[in-house]
Amino acid sequence: MTPPGDSEQALQPLLRIDAVTKRFGGFVALDNVSVDIRPGERLGLIGPNGSGKTTLINCISGALRAEAGSVVFLGEDITRLPPHIRTRRGIARSFQIPRPFKSMTVAENLMVALDFATVAGAFVPEAERRDTVMSVLTRTGLASKADISTTRLSQVELRKMELARAMATHPKLLISDEAMAGLSTSEVDEVLDLLLALAAQDITIIMIEHIMQAVMRFSQRVMCLDAGKIIAIGAPAEVMANRRVQEAYLGT
Amino acid sequence: MKRNSIAFWGAMALFLLAVLLMTQVVGNEYPFFAGYVILQFIVLSVAWSILGGYAGYVNFGTSAFFGVGVYTAVFLVKATGAPLGVQIATAAAVGALLGLAVGLLTLRMQGIFFSIATIALSIVIETSVTNWRYVGGAAGIQIQRPQVMELFHSYVQMLFFVQALLVVLAIATARYIQRSWIGRGLRALRDDELAAECTGVPTLRLKLLACVVSGALMCAAGAPAAMYLQYADPSSAFNLNYSVTVLAMSLIGGTAHWIGPVLGAILLGVTQQLLAVTISSEINVLVLGVMLVLFVVAAPEGILGLVRRAVRYRAGGEA
Repeated sequence: MTPPGDSEQALQPLLRIDAVTKRFGGFVALDNVSVDIRPGERLGLIGPNGSGKTTLINCISGALRAEAGSVVFLGEDITRLPPHIRTRRGIARSFQIPRPFKSMTVAENLMVALDFATVAGAFVPEAERRDTVMSVLTRTGLASKADISTTRLSQVELRKMELARAMATHPKLLISDEAMAGLSTSEVDEVLDLLLALAAQDITIIMIEHIMQAVMRFSQRVMCLDAGKIIAIGAPAEVMANRRVQEAYLGT
Repeated sequence: MKRNSIAFWGAMALFLLAVLLMTQVVGNEYPFFAGYVILQFIVLSVAWSILGGYAGYVNFGTSAFFGVGVYTAVFLVKATGAPLGVQIATAAAVGALLGLAVGLLTLRMQGIFFSIATIALSIVIETSVTNWRYVGGAAGIQIQRPQVMELFHSYVQMLFFVQALLVVLAIATARYIQRSWIGRGLRALRDDELAAECTGVPTLRLKLLACVVSGALMCAAGAPAAMYLQYADPSSAFNLNYSVTVLAMSLIGGTAHWIGPVLGAILLGVTQQLLAVTISSEINVLVLGVMLVLFVVAAPEGILGLVRRAVRYRAGGEA
C-alpha cells in the first residue's frame, strides 16, 4: 500500500501532464494544463460543464491528441501514441455515456480486453480466461449478468460493466468519467464503493464527478478546472472552500 | 469446439467430393456454366462480409477488386501464358496489395464516406484499364483457353472445380477470422471504434487486415473469369452490378456468421440463374432490388436473423 499524502516529493509521478494545450478551432479547451499524478493516488476532477475535464482525459487516454505539451506515463512520453498502446501501457477509462460492445454479452465485452490489452502472444487456455473474466465480474457485482447481452443491462449495470471492462485490461491508472451521473443515491454508493475497492488494490484512479458528496468521500486530492485552466488543486476541503471554485460553480 | 471443426471440415470435404463427382458424371455443360457463377458469388460475398460484415465497413468496391482479378489474369496470360493456378495466386497477391493501399487511403474515413471512396476507387481503376492498350483497352480482349487437365472433360468443368476450391478457401478463412481474436476485435470496433481502441484493440491494423484478406479473396475469385468467358472488357469486368449484387447477397443472408453470405449467395444466385433462363437477364436487377428492400424492411439481420428469431421463439415457447 502506498501511504497517502506526505512522501510525494520522493515518488516519481505515475502520470505527468506537462503544459498540455488543446484547441477546437478558436476555442481553447485546455490551456497550458500541468499536473503530476502520484502512484496510488485517488484524484477527484471537478469543474463546471465545458471546463475541459473530458478533453483532459481524452488527451490522457489518447482519444484526442494534445497540440502542445506532453503526457508522460511511467517516465515514457506517450503524447503521440494511439489509444490502444496507451491501454496496453496501463491506462484504462470508462466513458461518460456508456459505450458497450452492443453485439456482445457482458463476458465477451471483457474478453476483448483480455484478447488485446494483456501481453500479446501469451496463450491462455479458454477456461482460465473465463475464470479471469468471472473474477473481475464478481468483484464488480456483475457475475450473474455474465452471459446477458449488454443491451439488456440497466444504467448502473452499464456503468459497472464499463469499469469492469476497464479493469480487465489490468490498468495501473483508471479514469472514471462521471460513472455516477444520473444514478440514484444508493447506486452512487455502490459505484463509489467499487471505485474505493479498486483503489485499495493499488490502482491509481482519476474520478470525474459532479456529485460532491462522492468527490469528498473518494478523493485524497481534488483538482478543479474552469475554462481549460486549473483554478485550484489540493485537499478536498481546501478546494471546496476556494472562492474561485465557488464562483465557477455558482457563476457569481 | 473440436467436434464443430470436424463437422466443418467433413462438410467441406464432402462438398468438394460432390463437385468433383459432378464433373465426372454430368455430361451437359450448362449446369457447370451456371454453377460457376453461383460459386463465384459465394466467394465474393463471403470475402465482402469479412470487411463489410465483421468490421461493418460497407465496401462498394467489389467490382474494382473483381475487375483487377480479371485483368491480372488477362495480363499474365498475354505476357507469359502463365497457368491458371499462377493467375489466381498472383491475382490474390495483387488483391492483397490493393486492399492494403485502399485501406491505408480510406479506412480513416468512417461510415458512408468509406463507402463513397470505394465507389470512386472502382471508377478510377476501370478508367485506367480502359485506357490500357496492352490488355485490349475499351474494346476488350479475346482469350484462348489452353488444353484442359486430363481429369476433366472440359475447361468449364475444371473452372467449376477450381471455383469450388476457392469457396472452401474463402469460407475456411472467414470462419477462422470469425472464431479467433481477430473476429472479436473486428466485432468490437464495429460496435464502437473508440471504445475498442480504449480496450486495447489496434483498430486500424485490424481493419487493414480485414481489407487485405477481403481484397485478396475477391481478386482470386475474379481471376478465372477471363478463362470462363474467353473474353474480358473493362465495362463488364468492373461492372457496378458486382458490387450491388454481392452487397445484397451478404445483407440478405446476414453478416453475423460466415454461413450468412453463403446462404444469401445461393438464394439470390439460383434465383438469378433461373430468371435469366426463364424470363430475361434484365429482370435480375429488379428482383435484386425488390428482395433487398423486403429484407431491409422485414428482416434487417437477413436470413440468419430470421432463423435465430425462430429458434429463440421455439425455445421460449417450450420453456
